[in-house]
Amino acid sequence: MIDVRSVSFAYRKKPPLFDSLDWNLEPGTIYGLLGRNGAGKTTLLKLLTGMLYRNAGSIAIDGIDPERRLPELQQEMLFVSEELPVPPMSISAYRDLYAPLYPRFDDAGFTRYLEGFETDPAESMKKMSFGQRKKALLAFGLATCTKLLILDEPTNGLDIPSKGQFRRVLAGAADDSRVIVVSTHQVRDLERLIDPITILEAGRIIFQHSVDEITSRLRLHVGPDRPEDAVYAEQAMGGFAALVPNTDASTSRIDLELLFNAATVETDRMSALFAKEAS
Amino acid sequence: MEFREQHAIYQQVADHVCEMILTGVWPEGERIPAVRDLAMELQVNPNTVNKGYASLQERGLIQNQRGIGYFAAPDARRMIRNARRDEFFTNELPRILRTMSLLGITIDEIAGRYTTYRMETQSEKEDQ
Repeated sequence: MIDVRSVSFAYRKKPPLFDSLDWNLEPGTIYGLLGRNGAGKTTLLKLLTGMLYRNAGSIAIDGIDPERRLPELQQEMLFVSEELPVPPMSISAYRDLYAPLYPRFDDAGFTRYLEGFETDPAESMKKMSFGQRKKALLAFGLATCTKLLILDEPTNGLDIPSKGQFRRVLAGAADDSRVIVVSTHQVRDLERLIDPITILEAGRIIFQHSVDEITSRLRLHVGPDRPEDAVYAEQAMGGFAALVPNTDASTSRIDLELLFNAATVETDRMSALFAKEAS
Repeated sequence: MEFREQHAIYQQVADHVCEMILTGVWPEGERIPAVRDLAMELQVNPNTVNKGYASLQERGLIQNQRGIGYFAAPDARRMIRNARRDEFFTNELPRILRTMSLLGITIDEIAGRYTTYRMETQSEKEDQ
């Protein structure tokens, strides 16, 4: 559904951030976009939605270039950014103003999400704390039912009960016609929800695999010694936490922080391992 | 729900379903939650629940009735109990035996505790 080909981009007077970046996204699941600070996650998402213009390459969403900002595509995209707007109005006024732009806006869902987040629709968004405003805008974003939903650091600023509530709502929001992209540093907040795992590093997508693919190829090993066949290992409580090639049918939980470090430190070994047919 | 740590998430979902059926919270032969509902309850990706359900279906523990949903198999409890017993004897018991022998715990000590435990849980059940 979304095809990013050979995209290059640089901010003015800065070295290129992306040089020939390729990325492909299909509907039906929740992509977890991971990358270290400054890797360009937000920039990539802004290019994807036509909020920034690329220097070279092509982007097509259902065949349409987002840079053209056609209404038929705009009404199918929603971006909840990390820097939140501060609209000088109540949540319900915001809804009245912007919901008509989205043909499948789910009013009942919106009310339910706001209740779940314990936010008051009559309250002025200007007077809300960052976390409250974030919840209001997440509720709105989820209710738009757009084909492409992008959430940039959604759990940032949410309190503990709201994170649980957000995970519940996000689990219910995934469906076969939707692409949901969640960028996050807080992998632990979302590790049971994001699948596939996408890693942006050094200007390109160095890793994108489903949790199924990952667990069929890698296994988590925790023990006093560093395993000889470890693809990547770190010291941890009780000795070492390591990712080792999975050689049998049993699958283990994969620690996403460990996976991220493995993919960014041992990029070539990981690519080689994932290029092979699963055993 | 707390997830058992080292298992893949879809297996943890499958374990959860087994637990629900075994304890009778989800009765045999009756409909179990839809994929999306369980995904929301457990806060996991719906595709993961799908995979968990598929693995249970393969083992004959749940059945998919097209267009209606998933049902616990009529004799799911017996099957789960058998599978759990196998799992206990092959995986859990060896670890327990090793610890017992390390710490010099005799089988008689365990037998006494087990009898007490059974009596206590039995009277709890009668209280309910």
